[in-house]
Amino acid sequence: MKSLAELKAIRDKMKDKVVIREGSSDVRVVVGMATCGIAAGARPVLNAFVEAVNESGLAGTVTVSQTGCIGICQFEPVVEIYEAGEKTTYVKMTPEKAKTVVEKHLKGGNVVAEFTIANYN
Amino acid sequence: MKELSLNILDIAENSMKAGATLTEIIIIESSLELSITVKDDGCGMSEDILRSVTDPFYTTRTTRSVGLGIPLLKMAAEMTGGRVELHSVVDDGKTDAHGTTITAYFYKNHIDFTPLGDVISSITTLIQGHPDTDILFSHVTEYGEVGLDTRELREALEGVPLDTYEVIKWIEGYLEEQYSEINYKK
Repeated sequence: MKSLAELKAIRDKMKDKVVIREGSSDVRVVVGMATCGIAAGARPVLNAFVEAVNESGLAGTVTVSQTGCIGICQFEPVVEIYEAGEKTTYVKMTPEKAKTVVEKHLKGGNVVAEFTIANYN
Repeated sequence: MKELSLNILDIAENSMKAGATLTEIIIIESSLELSITVKDDGCGMSEDILRSVTDPFYTTRTTRSVGLGIPLLKMAAEMTGGRVELHSVVDDGKTDAHGTTITAYFYKNHIDFTPLGDVISSITTLIQGHPDTDILFSHVTEYGEVGLDTRELREALEGVPLDTYEVIKWIEGYLEEQYSEINYKK
């Protein structure tokens, strides 16, 4: 049975890491979580990003956050990636596509062009 | 929305935007009925806004004039013969009792009842996106109760953020265990 004691163990393990993480996140993954995004399937997409970023050891440099409606509801779930002044907009995302983006874009440094909004216009 | 848990996530996001410090998500379920309450201590809504908020063409956003969160919840409830109740006290600087409470009532046996779906995922998603606000979650069923209070977790975590991956995973497992203990069947 999970207990608060177990949570305290996580706390002790994380305390050192937290200091390192602050301020060092230079890549931001932002998932649209307004009504339009949620209805289109943003929840599993967000969770896939959170999981894949952490499982691939990118948590120190990549933060995954949520935002509201950005006005292109027909393309939801929409995910924006910000890095060094550049923005990439991924559209019609799925958990599977999220894993690919983490692997190829966030880890490998190559934008997955076929998932970007440019490919849909 | 394919699951009521997605409506819960959507409505609770409004509470976060309203500047809530504590958002309560309460599901009460019997064999025939299910109610969902989202209660926050955010900025509240004036009577004018309250009157128009169930109208699909009302929103506080200035980018576009469509807000569908409450209308979608209302539709999901009314499709089963249920209803939505909405109460709000606007923050006028004089009272601490401000905030919004919305309750949706559903009849589970109606053919148009939307399944509750993955509530755990909605709770962890909310915490991941808003680690600095508190969530009190309670799901009361005829088999027993499942609950979570982030204020208790925060105390145990002593400054380690709630959106830490390991913490989110712990919350997920903690709720899963509680559901399996009461033999809750979705």
